Amino acid sequence: MARTRDESSPLFAGNAAGTLRLIVYLALAMVLMVLDQRNGWLWRVRYAASAVVEPVYRLAGLPALGIRTMSVAFADRQLLTEQNQRLREDLLLANAKLNRMAAVAEQNQRLKELLDTQHSLKLNVQLARVVGVDLGAYRYQLTLNMGARDGVKPGQPVIDAHGVMGQVKEVLPTTSVVMLITDPSHAIPVVIERSGLRTVAYGSRDGNQLSLPNLPLVADVRVGDKLLTSGLGGRFPPGFPVGDIVSVAPAATGMFQVAQARPAADIDRSEDVLLLHDQAEPDGPPALVTPMGPPSNLAPDAAPAASSSAHGAQP
Amino acid sequence: MNKQRLSLWWFVGTLMFALLSMLVPLPRVLEPFKPYWPALFLLYWSLESEDRVTLGLAFVVGLCADLFNGVVLGEQALRLCALVFIALRFRSRLRFFPMWQQTLAVLALLLNDRILLLIVRVLAGASLPPASWWISPFVGAALWPFLFLLLDDLRARLRIQ
Repeated sequence: MARTRDESSPLFAGNAAGTLRLIVYLALAMVLMVLDQRNGWLWRVRYAASAVVEPVYRLAGLPALGIRTMSVAFADRQLLTEQNQRLREDLLLANAKLNRMAAVAEQNQRLKELLDTQHSLKLNVQLARVVGVDLGAYRYQLTLNMGARDGVKPGQPVIDAHGVMGQVKEVLPTTSVVMLITDPSHAIPVVIERSGLRTVAYGSRDGNQLSLPNLPLVADVRVGDKLLTSGLGGRFPPGFPVGDIVSVAPAATGMFQVAQARPAADIDRSEDVLLLHDQAEPDGPPALVTPMGPPSNLAPDAAPAASSSAHGAQP
Repeated sequence: MNKQRLSLWWFVGTLMFALLSMLVPLPRVLEPFKPYWPALFLLYWSLESEDRVTLGLAFVVGLCADLFNGVVLGEQALRLCALVFIALRFRSRLRFFPMWQQTLAVLALLLNDRILLLIVRVLAGASLPPASWWISPFVGAALWPFLFLLLDDLRARLRIQ
């Protein structure tokens, strides 16, 4: 038995068949990658395979859940009392603030009704829990325990108690993946609260900061300035905290200022997050109106081809 | 018969375990130290039972890992194929290396794997990873002797091939 196996793997000489098989598999993998990159197949396959994938996620999330439960079970009594006290104080403070805000909000609502606008300060949210799963890609993603069956749609903003966390990227039947605002390929339109300057905050490579790479040199930006969502682009509703500026420096090119910001949300520590339901109405330019004209069946017969092609290009 | 089935289940079980431990999150501080478990387990099996581990198996395990991880389909399949191919090619020599030499070989394989991953990511347009990203192969190589001895011991206790 052992002898035959040794003969199949010679000590030095390689066999050409193995190399050929390697080349075939590598080519297959590359073709898959290119096709997936172009068409985004993977998410369709994952959706189809969700019956297998989702239990595995739950299973992989168990250790994190266990550690969390253990930390509660074995936590010091004093620690818990302290935490409880602190939370109670926070709640009191928040309630006091809310009471004051309620009057302002009501006034705001009345004024807005007078102005006949549709904006409202009400939040339509859904509470979701973070499933402890590591999806590898340098940890710029979160997995939530809500999915398409709970009405989650791609593009929904995700917030926690302190600020914006990210947006839903992909949805499976009962889980969804959130792209964090610190992802290097994510950008969020923001406004600086103090000066009203509008700009864009990008994620950064180290994964726990935001970077604002193109502030004008004359712009009034200081360390400690707060960033809010501006609502431009229509993805995130306006007025949610995004982060605080921690450093400002001129860019290497000397054409811009570059600022770094710390996200306001507890991106590493949040266990419960809120999914915003009503998406902000787009504040960008209005949708293109299709030009009105005589119906195409009234067009003269002299140039039927031209008229049909013009109509084809319109939408 | 029963023994064979048990050994097959053991084989499949360890690979599933490797995929699961890839998904289990670590605390933020330990995150860069997480070894690439599927590669380590596949390496062990390709050294110990060559007739089971083939390029096709590596490809399938890689595809499953891609499916779970949500990265580009085929990325880990490519990496694991390359890894298993090299391991199978030098299997007879790797098996008779003393442990420290074997560990160095595993380190080289894992570093090669990271370089492949880097090439794929850069070609796909991702940004360069931080420096701490390169710690993982070293952790994987440091864990290799323990993993190897543990799996060998378990196999001897279960008396399976």
